[in-house]
Amino acid sequence: MEPLTRRRFAGTATLAGATWLTPISQMLARAADVKPARHATAQSVIILWMQGGPSQLETFDPHPGTTIAGGSKAIDTALKGVQLGDGFGRLAEQLEHISLVRSVMSKEGDHERGTTTIKSGFRPDPTIVYPSIGAIATHELPAAGCDIPRHVSILSSQWPARGGFLGDQFDAFRTDDPAGAVPDTQSFLTPERDSDRLKHLDVLEASFAKGRSRRVDATLHKETLADARKMMTSEQLKAFDVSKEPLAVRKLYGDSPFGRGCLAARRLIEVGVRCVEVNLTGWDTHINNHAFTASQMKILDPAFAALIQDLHTRKLLDKTIVLCAGEFGRTPRMNPTGGRDHWPSGFSVALAGGGIRGGQIIGETDPEGKAKPKDPVEVGDLHATILKSLGIDFEKVSQTPIGRTVKFAEGEPIEKLLVGK
Amino acid sequence: MLWAKNLLFVGVVLGGAVALGVNLMPPPGPTVAAQHNAEVYQEPGFRQTVARVDASFQKNWNSEGIKPAAPASDLQVARRLSLGLMGTVPSLEEIRQFESLPPDERLPWWIEQILRDGRFHDYFAERLARSYVGTEDGPFLLYRRRRFISWLANEVSQNRPYDGTVRELIAGHGLATDNPATNFISVTAQPELENQPDPVRLAGRVTRAFLGLRIDCAQCHNHPFAAWKQDDFESLSAFFGQARFGFTGTHDGTGEYQVDDKKRDVKRTVAPKVPFSAELMPLQGTRRQQLAGWVTHPQNPYFGRATVNRVWAFLTGQPLQTPIDNLEPDATNDGATLHPAIGILADDFSANGYDLHRLIRIIASTQVYRLESAGTHDATEAEEKAWALFPLTRLRPEQVAGAMLQTASIRTINADTHIAWRIIRATQLNDFVKRYGDSGEDEFDGRGGTIPQRLLLMNGELIRERIKESPFNATTRISIQAPNEVQSLEVAYLGVLSRRPTSAERAHFEPFLADQKLPKSQRMEDLFWSLLNSTEFSWNH
Repeated sequence: MEPLTRRRFAGTATLAGATWLTPISQMLARAADVKPARHATAQSVIILWMQGGPSQLETFDPHPGTTIAGGSKAIDTALKGVQLGDGFGRLAEQLEHISLVRSVMSKEGDHERGTTTIKSGFRPDPTIVYPSIGAIATHELPAAGCDIPRHVSILSSQWPARGGFLGDQFDAFRTDDPAGAVPDTQSFLTPERDSDRLKHLDVLEASFAKGRSRRVDATLHKETLADARKMMTSEQLKAFDVSKEPLAVRKLYGDSPFGRGCLAARRLIEVGVRCVEVNLTGWDTHINNHAFTASQMKILDPAFAALIQDLHTRKLLDKTIVLCAGEFGRTPRMNPTGGRDHWPSGFSVALAGGGIRGGQIIGETDPEGKAKPKDPVEVGDLHATILKSLGIDFEKVSQTPIGRTVKFAEGEPIEKLLVGK
Repeated sequence: MLWAKNLLFVGVVLGGAVALGVNLMPPPGPTVAAQHNAEVYQEPGFRQTVARVDASFQKNWNSEGIKPAAPASDLQVARRLSLGLMGTVPSLEEIRQFESLPPDERLPWWIEQILRDGRFHDYFAERLARSYVGTEDGPFLLYRRRRFISWLANEVSQNRPYDGTVRELIAGHGLATDNPATNFISVTAQPELENQPDPVRLAGRVTRAFLGLRIDCAQCHNHPFAAWKQDDFESLSAFFGQARFGFTGTHDGTGEYQVDDKKRDVKRTVAPKVPFSAELMPLQGTRRQQLAGWVTHPQNPYFGRATVNRVWAFLTGQPLQTPIDNLEPDATNDGATLHPAIGILADDFSANGYDLHRLIRIIASTQVYRLESAGTHDATEAEEKAWALFPLTRLRPEQVAGAMLQTASIRTINADTHIAWRIIRATQLNDFVKRYGDSGEDEFDGRGGTIPQRLLLMNGELIRERIKESPFNATTRISIQAPNEVQSLEVAYLGVLSRRPTSAERAHFEPFLADQKLPKSQRMEDLFWSLLNSTEFSWNH
């Protein structure tokens, strides 16, 4: 009977939002009050998640003219001496705001395990589910009057960001193409029938609570239902609706579900959402790498560039971290079907905004694809960097359900990327 | 010849339509309540084990001055059994049969019905599989999850001795398709290491799923409290050091297990060794066979305890000992000693040939399993902890989905249902579970619900589809067939909550159902919506 009995229900219910908090998270919440945040530049994170593992060689880390390029080309950028893959024309113009880490080292070459690793900063472990960056940010930073879920995954792919040991309520709220309505938020009734149904529900709740009211209260079923209803009628829900944006802005992001997702992400962080994950799948290019990668870049380039530009214009870039990453990179050597296979050791991610210094290039991969990259960056270092920019104590220790102690991130912030250091 | 073709075409279409019609709406056949073998419940050994379990709880209640809750109604117990073992609620059809029996025959009959039901075999297999291999998709082609589950379902349906099933999992060889048990090994194939199995993950799974021990915590470091050391875990992993993959699937090769010694940057050979009771290990066989023999040895108490605790959790929604896979009394579980019932049930389990069906019958026959979940007063935490009333636990996503799909139909949706229905059910179930949030591996962590779950049950497509006016939906069938609102209300309550309405509920709903303001079907729809959105529906109790 442990889990329910141990909970101090009264304590949890009074917390804002009245969603479910585990004893651990309560402990963490209290700890958060004590330690003042340093480097608290960013308030939100947007993660452009490239499911499938994009090839670094055609995107952020081109080696034109070498054997490993396999004929792919590169273009010059706003940064002198830095090139991007051919097809990133618009992104190239924004490179003064964006930094590239070209030497990310992971140990997981499987899609699911790799995804978990990059999203949580830890390798999968059967004893514990580590929370993703978005879950930590949602948990650690105040709710600030936000009625809608503060952790959102748009065009959610197979393994969306999880709350892990922080609790299921920190899982990303999943939604599809913002061209459509947010799933399950529209009541299909007349207001009168809707309110009648709530009266019916009260009658049912009263009879179930008889003889078990404390335990029924502890389920927080009613509170969760109330929160869900608050969300359904919240003005903030309109943040998902990109049709409210001027046509010119929409065009800037590109006429694609991913482009609309990026635009919705900007609108969401404006109303107080802490983390939005926008997914772009289709990077698993075991065959015909160049063609498939090029078609994905056509979607990514305008959306990513417009997002940076738009955030910058609205003076939101300083408060928002943008991370573009997939679960791993792809092999320097092309396979016989013109594809590239999984490559977790030495691939690229892009970072921008929220206290991340723009225009930095970290690490360097071997143009022959043989030696290990220079200045390798561990996955934990990336997480430490991002959490630090959010003003979250990444070294804060939490107690896991099995009594093990873990930090939010196991690694060191990349000082070169942090502004004001 | 054109006319002949046209005629043939029309014939085929008509024939198809007739076949579809017959199958979608089969004529109500005579429902025969299958005989159950009441003798197994009367067998002295069986009665004795149940009595000993009951006494172990009673002793605790006496010493703490706790009075247990009253017995729950038969229907409530039937609902628990159905949810825990089949992932759904009893259908109206089943409830009618159940109530047609003499009171003391009802639950034994229902348990036997379930043990024979394909839904139980499939669902139980899925739950077991999650503790063995999680929910990972695993490496493509090498791992066939569906084959694995259907093999397990067959083991459950044949009631194969559980120790034999586990030995096959640990030591089986062959292709993942020919011998599906080997998927337990092949799910850990490491693409970066030429698809060779991962001894570390395998050793972790074996200790957790089959022994209820967390020796794998010592994988990275010596645990400050637990008895296990890093060496113990490495030596255990070494039993899988010869497991290989090749064209013939999983087999056993030669060579020694090596680990990276990170401190000295060298490879170190590790010999297989079990962490305790080495005398139980068979001397013959491959290393995996030796390990399998040791794990399932009747004198290895952990095997029985781990299984008993897990089956208890499937049935009640909460393990007898928390956390489910940590039965070692040490500082990691607050120094608690094992609940005596675990030992009693485990002894019976190993003394009776690791008979899972018997174990289920025993647990379902205990006093604790049949207690009410409400008390005369609001239960204290101490009473809850002592199992003085039945626990309140959140239903798993597939249980909510399964229950919702069943409540929409009067008839039982099972293996006898037409294939088209079953396909629809499977698809809708998957969609729903995906949106509701799959709780992944068998987690018994007592978490609360989430906002997306409430949104899904209030506004989701599945609920809309299943309660709207349609000749296939229970809402419409009830409003057509039930003679009056009193009957309609009772039938709706039985179908959704497996109980009859209280007087307060009748006083509220009967006038509402009689009010002509809304069309009848909409009144039923509103009633069903409210029932499905209640705490009572989403929680096991």
